[in-house]
Amino acid sequence: MKNATSTTNRSTGRNVLGTSALRPDGVAKTQGNFAFSSDFQAENMLWGATLRSPHPHARVVSIDPTEAWKIAGVEAIIFADDVPGKATYGLIASDQPVFARDVVRYMGEPVAAVAADHPETCRRALAAIKVVYEQLPVLSDMDAAIDPSTPAIHPDGNVIRHQRIVSGDPNIVGDVVVEGTYEIGMQDQAFLGLEAALAYPDPGGAGVELVVATQWLHEDRKQIADCLGLSPEKVRLVLGGVGGAFGAREDISLQVHTCLLALRTGRPVKVQYSREESFFGHVHRHPGRIHLRHHADRSGKLVKVEGWMKLDGGAYASTSAAVLINGITHLQGPYACDNAVLDAWATRTNNPPCGAMRGFGVVQACFAHEGQMDRLAEALGMSPVDIRLVNAMKTGDKLFTGQVVDSVAPVARCIRETADIPLPPEPSRVTGSLELPGGSGRTSDPGHIRRGVGWGVSIKNLMYSEGFDDSAEAKCTLADGVATLKFATAEVGQGFVVLAQQIARTVLGVDTVILDTIDTQIGSAGSTSASRQTWMSGGAVDGACRLVRERLFEHVAHLHNLDPLQLVIEGTEIVDTLGPLRVAVADASTGLRIEQTFLHRHRATEELDENGQGNCHVAFAFVAHRAVVDVDTDLGLVKVVQIATAQDVGQVLNPMALLGQIEGGIAQGLGLAVMEEIVVDDGIVRNPSFTDYLLPTALDAPDVVAIPIEEYEPLAPLGAKGVGEPPCISVTPAIVAAIRNATGRAIMRTPVRPQDICLAD
Amino acid sequence: MSVHVPTSLTEAIDLLVANPTARLLSGGTDTMVEVNFNRSKPESVIALRRIAALREYTVDSDRIVIGAGVPYAMMEKGPLAAALPALAAAARTVGSPQIRAAGTLGGNLGTCSPAGDGLPVLAALDATINLRSPRGPRAVPFAEFMTGVKRNSRAVDEIIESVSISPTTGFQDYAKVGVRNAMVISVASVCFVHDTGSSSVRIALGAVGPTIIRAREAEQWLQSQVDASQQLPSHDKLVAEFAQRVAAAARPIDDHRSTAAYRRHAIEVLARRLYLRSTQ
Repeated sequence: MKNATSTTNRSTGRNVLGTSALRPDGVAKTQGNFAFSSDFQAENMLWGATLRSPHPHARVVSIDPTEAWKIAGVEAIIFADDVPGKATYGLIASDQPVFARDVVRYMGEPVAAVAADHPETCRRALAAIKVVYEQLPVLSDMDAAIDPSTPAIHPDGNVIRHQRIVSGDPNIVGDVVVEGTYEIGMQDQAFLGLEAALAYPDPGGAGVELVVATQWLHEDRKQIADCLGLSPEKVRLVLGGVGGAFGAREDISLQVHTCLLALRTGRPVKVQYSREESFFGHVHRHPGRIHLRHHADRSGKLVKVEGWMKLDGGAYASTSAAVLINGITHLQGPYACDNAVLDAWATRTNNPPCGAMRGFGVVQACFAHEGQMDRLAEALGMSPVDIRLVNAMKTGDKLFTGQVVDSVAPVARCIRETADIPLPPEPSRVTGSLELPGGSGRTSDPGHIRRGVGWGVSIKNLMYSEGFDDSAEAKCTLADGVATLKFATAEVGQGFVVLAQQIARTVLGVDTVILDTIDTQIGSAGSTSASRQTWMSGGAVDGACRLVRERLFEHVAHLHNLDPLQLVIEGTEIVDTLGPLRVAVADASTGLRIEQTFLHRHRATEELDENGQGNCHVAFAFVAHRAVVDVDTDLGLVKVVQIATAQDVGQVLNPMALLGQIEGGIAQGLGLAVMEEIVVDDGIVRNPSFTDYLLPTALDAPDVVAIPIEEYEPLAPLGAKGVGEPPCISVTPAIVAAIRNATGRAIMRTPVRPQDICLAD
Repeated sequence: MSVHVPTSLTEAIDLLVANPTARLLSGGTDTMVEVNFNRSKPESVIALRRIAALREYTVDSDRIVIGAGVPYAMMEKGPLAAALPALAAAARTVGSPQIRAAGTLGGNLGTCSPAGDGLPVLAALDATINLRSPRGPRAVPFAEFMTGVKRNSRAVDEIIESVSISPTTGFQDYAKVGVRNAMVISVASVCFVHDTGSSSVRIALGAVGPTIIRAREAEQWLQSQVDASQQLPSHDKLVAEFAQRVAAAARPIDDHRSTAAYRRHAIEVLARRLYLRSTQ
């Protein structure tokens, strides 16, 4: 299978920026022809599989592979001692072993891997490896992890990071004070394309090529090369088709294992996880507990926010330290307030490791601050809309960190335009209607339904923070009227492939834009995360195309004895703004080959000091959500009827892609509100399957009415803000607020379970 | 793994006698999940899908017979749905359209999960399970068929041939609670049948015990309070007490899907609602 790299223009207009240009991979994906990472095969290929710990915390007493070696078709069995380079990896701290050696710290931790002629041979080999464990006490509680008297379960200790924010006057007191403790369950990214990779060893084991579904090729390469004991240029990564990511592909999962097996056997090795293994193979969204006390004056204006946030990072650090900073720096929400005293901890426990997921710490923060805004409104006798409008942040306001928000910040406009969206019609009056809560189970009659309305508004940082050297590179080649783009930007479903083509068509006036293979044969694009690729890789592609255009203009100007500054692109033509010249780009570039590379960087950020002060973020985006729910209050079942939203997006570059992000993000936030949770019981995962980890179906998805708030962002290369994360952040608190509104119950935890609604606390 | 694809029941029975440990496959919506999770590695499979007789049903005035291979999709509408509205309602809650096209009543009975969506209906309708073996046919009342969690009284050489149900007059309905609006495993389900013809009320509970539970004490209490040959009265006190008695029959557990307390509560709510639906 070969993935499409170019599209022909199907519509009558040109698919430039601002149009709903179709994705180059769209037809193949809808027809089932797109090669996802799991579809790759190689001649003489072996299959690999991973042996995982059944225990959340245990000493590895012994490992005996004797019986596994007796199985015909087994070609390699590898353990911790077979890792030639660094024994550990990690995105921020290198604290996670490639294979556990003496101790396993979470259920599902890799202990060994095998390569064999067939997946079933692998399964039998794994079952035949005898591992003797001695179970150890399980640390599963965040407070116990913070308690210094608890024995450390890892040499790096049980607190991954602690951060404090002290801002303004810590002793000031408001006229009205409300407080609450909020709890967030562990959500899974649940991408549909399971982890898969295929490694090709170089002759003699000098290097390796890995085709893999990932979010960040170059970071993977660095960590893989370290563990393999190879220099990075000996490790080449090619992006396999990626079926969703949402943060779960930012960490190493099967990459090192696959390469090790290929290098050990000298044959191509493919590893692909099942859905169950996927639940153990990648990090999840941090579960958390947050306590906030909000002070306000009688007009509702915030005076101070104080409290604490605890996020459970599980057994290994992953990105917990960065998630924590995102969490604590967003606890104020999209509201102006000068004074704060906040503490936050990311803990290490024997629970599954947690890391990046869409929203990255802000989802948890938002659930708490939005609950607090509603409590304030109630205490003051204000409406949920008014309390938010009174406090709405605007450009120039200062965050608790001392950073001034200089992004476009149309918070009040997001709220007002959301409020103006008409409410949906009354609930169905038909008994057993699929539209009622309970859906196909036909549990509800119309008389049992109460409707509720709730609000959520959020602020989300864009790009990486805290001084991280965050850049993206792209190369543009123009030859004979055709542009070719090369970048290492992971296309994970978000649609950068179509955006890149739109940019090139707009800047260069070409119609055909070929996308080169996405691999490590060019500089890093950074991660497809943090809502950053439109800004970062979009900026890089834009920059490379502009450099090419400059060369092209110089060439044309020279031929016609003009000043290149007189020339502009109009449609597909080069036009002299001061004279009659008008030449098609295709003609002007015939016989030429112009190649330019551009490295885009955002402005520098700083680390926070001990009081949480510093310009740690690059820019911000805002969104408002209003949820309408129908609740069967006796059974505790919920139907989310409508989500109205107005989102601060900067310039709209592709309306259809934007709507896709909004609707998808809302579905994911709805999942966290009413059904999605990895149930962990003393370190044991109880529901690692789609039978019991419930994702919203079409019948659960609400009507979405979305309004883009289009205000050009001067900080952004294309005037466009990242739009991937905001849709999933405040929708969760909006839905939970609507359930509170329908039921009159406090409901401090998400996802909301039926018993939280209908049984006594 | 050997896979046999018989085209007649006789052939299937012969194959089963020759391969007593073979897994009978009828839809595969349970078996394939087990195989995919590596919990089961059948050495031999007898796939029953090509046996045309198992995929037939008959609706007569005194007896409805549903072949064990009839998929749920065929119960959702048409003559079966008209004759057995509770079964149709249960069928519509099974998985997705794809699963309903594959999954069968025979498969549901073979697995005998307490959360099997069709089973409370069979319990409430006093269905008979028709089995066949080299020794001949055997008819077992549902109440004696399901013996525990995923256990039934099918002998190793028996194949589930069909289910027989006596039609009822009056009301029947089914409702199921899951934590999602579609495609979800039951947390609690109830089938309620009011048969004016036999002056009886029958109520069966799913997913709240090791087997499907008939709330017989509640049924008998209600029959002692009302004239079940007529439409049931709808006064609050009566309905509330009936629902409480039904809930008392449940034997739910706490697990990752729900809590025992919620399941018992849901049974009470569903019993009350289905009762009241019968009076409208």
